[in-house]
Amino acid sequence: MAVMTYREALNLALREEMRRDPRVFVIGEEVGLYEGAYKVTQGLLREFGPQRVVDTPIAESGFTGVGIGAAMVGLRPVVEMMTFNFALLALDQIVNAAAKICYMSGGQYHVPIVIRGPGGPAHQLAAQHSQSMESYFYHVPGLKVVRPSTPMDAKGLLKSAIRDDNPVIFIESETLYGLKGEVPEDPEFTIPLGQAIVRREGRDVTVVAYMGMLYRALEAAEELEREGISVEIVDPRTLRPMDKDTIIASVRKTHRAVVVEAGAGFAGMGSEIAAFITELAFDDLDAPVERVTGANAPMPYARNLERAKVPSKEKIVAAVRRVCYANGSR
Amino acid sequence: MAQTTETRTAPETLGIDAALARRLLGDMMLIRRFEEKAAEAYALGKIGGFLHLYIGEEAVAVGATSVLRPDDYVISAYREHGHCLAKGSDPRRVMAELFGRRDGLCKGKGGSMHLFDRAHNFLGGHAIVGAHLPIAAGVGFAIKYQGGDQVVVCYFGDGAVPQGEFHEAMNLSALWKLPVIWICENNRYAMGTAVERALAQTEIWKFGLTYGIPSEPVDGMDVLAVRAVVGRAVERARREKIPSLIEARTYRFRGHSMRDPAAAIYRTKEEVERERQRDPIVLFRERVLRAGLLTEADVRAIEKDVNDRVDEAVAFADASPEPPLEWLMTDVYKED
Repeated sequence: MAVMTYREALNLALREEMRRDPRVFVIGEEVGLYEGAYKVTQGLLREFGPQRVVDTPIAESGFTGVGIGAAMVGLRPVVEMMTFNFALLALDQIVNAAAKICYMSGGQYHVPIVIRGPGGPAHQLAAQHSQSMESYFYHVPGLKVVRPSTPMDAKGLLKSAIRDDNPVIFIESETLYGLKGEVPEDPEFTIPLGQAIVRREGRDVTVVAYMGMLYRALEAAEELEREGISVEIVDPRTLRPMDKDTIIASVRKTHRAVVVEAGAGFAGMGSEIAAFITELAFDDLDAPVERVTGANAPMPYARNLERAKVPSKEKIVAAVRRVCYANGSR
Repeated sequence: MAQTTETRTAPETLGIDAALARRLLGDMMLIRRFEEKAAEAYALGKIGGFLHLYIGEEAVAVGATSVLRPDDYVISAYREHGHCLAKGSDPRRVMAELFGRRDGLCKGKGGSMHLFDRAHNFLGGHAIVGAHLPIAAGVGFAIKYQGGDQVVVCYFGDGAVPQGEFHEAMNLSALWKLPVIWICENNRYAMGTAVERALAQTEIWKFGLTYGIPSEPVDGMDVLAVRAVVGRAVERARREKIPSLIEARTYRFRGHSMRDPAAAIYRTKEEVERERQRDPIVLFRERVLRAGLLTEADVRAIEKDVNDRVDEAVAFADASPEPPLEWLMTDVYKED
């Protein structure tokens, strides 16, 4: 184990996979000479050269299509979106081409591509640069969607994503790039896609949260512990395929569930998780599933409005109290 | 006397031998017949959805493919039956795909607009206009990355040219020197919108010049002209790893799709009649007969062979069962 940042863990995963497999290459805006807008690709150009670390002009649809075409005929591209907000320009390539070519061709072709970059609420970046982007992708059959919350997961999941034969949407977090944690140095260490993890064991309520919201949920759990409410926290890590088993097993134990999501709540990840908990574990529930989501508004710039837009520790605490009937509001 | 001399020297003038003449004519006739039968099957309800016929444009696919190697790649848009057949796909499996049957190229999951044939390096049938151009650039990128000397031919219509992805793909292919042959099949209408109503620059080949790409127009109704122009582009792509843009000026004799059978709102009958005089099959047949490369009997034999193959394709498609229901959920992800 080594202690490193989330950013360094991603960088190490890229390096290891590029060393392991000559078909892997990195392509995107500023990934080479500039070493990445967020420095995730730092040093790669030096080690692997311009053929495998490909700087592109600003043409998201164009270079994503290049990745898809290259993947169809045997390469394994890792496409960087400088931020995932820009992936909307490539949404047609991702949804209509990458996700469907395997199916449309009756399995003759497949598209082993990773599309990665930061997404989610950041600090005062306003409406177009600060939003949760996973909802645009996890709806689509044919895609896998990953949101790693820790440095260890960042490394293990990115390596699995690169080795996967399907298109993987890998959304990192700008606010977590500097986060430090323990990371295995073994180049064969991977974390399989589609496996959730229990981040904190508890008895009274299951909270499902990932990325920045995971850390808010952990803070909320500490506060609730002092009130005598024991919170179990499950991090799905992969949103599609979703590890329903781990979440359901936790709910069957605690009989209560709160889902936290940074994005606007309407038809969001929380809706889906709440739906399958209700379908699969209705008889185990002692209270309706609660969702704590971002407000249904674009991200504002002003600091106070931004704070109000995103789920806070207080809102998570309040939701947990409600499902535990611990606030007298029964 | 002059007549006799011309007849005797004509084979050199055309620059092809009898075997090639037979192949080019046969391939064009096969596509024509296949499309006519597909239209019949559509009318009978055996083919559903959208069906875009290639009738009138056969010289482009056949001329271009005739200078390719089997390991070269081809990618196309949704009017791709002709491109797929020209690349060597089995007409029986193409027809079965149109019928939505188990033995179709794509197990019945793709349909008319999404033909793929890995055995012939045919990379699809893509039906979002302009979107497959960046994918073609990616195939060119991979060829170079892997150190190969194949090329990729990318067909698209004039309707793709106003799309941003056309310009992104032109730029990337020129910037990175990719072995892509861009073939714009300008049939003068994007559905019902004439080129003049869609493009500020209607000489489409000139867009390539902006990006420093060798570019030229060609008579898309002349299979030998297409063959010559694409042949030069393939040479450049193989040897120098550079793209070319070819604007093949052609015409579709039928409507945009089977749902536009008359095609009479946006173009005149007179125009269609005039264009039919440029029928690429009729023109080429007359040339090879005049040149003495083939006889009337040869042409009749080709016609019979083509008709038999297409009849067989229809019978094969008819006999092929529907895909089993469990195939609904297979191939969503690549299975191990």
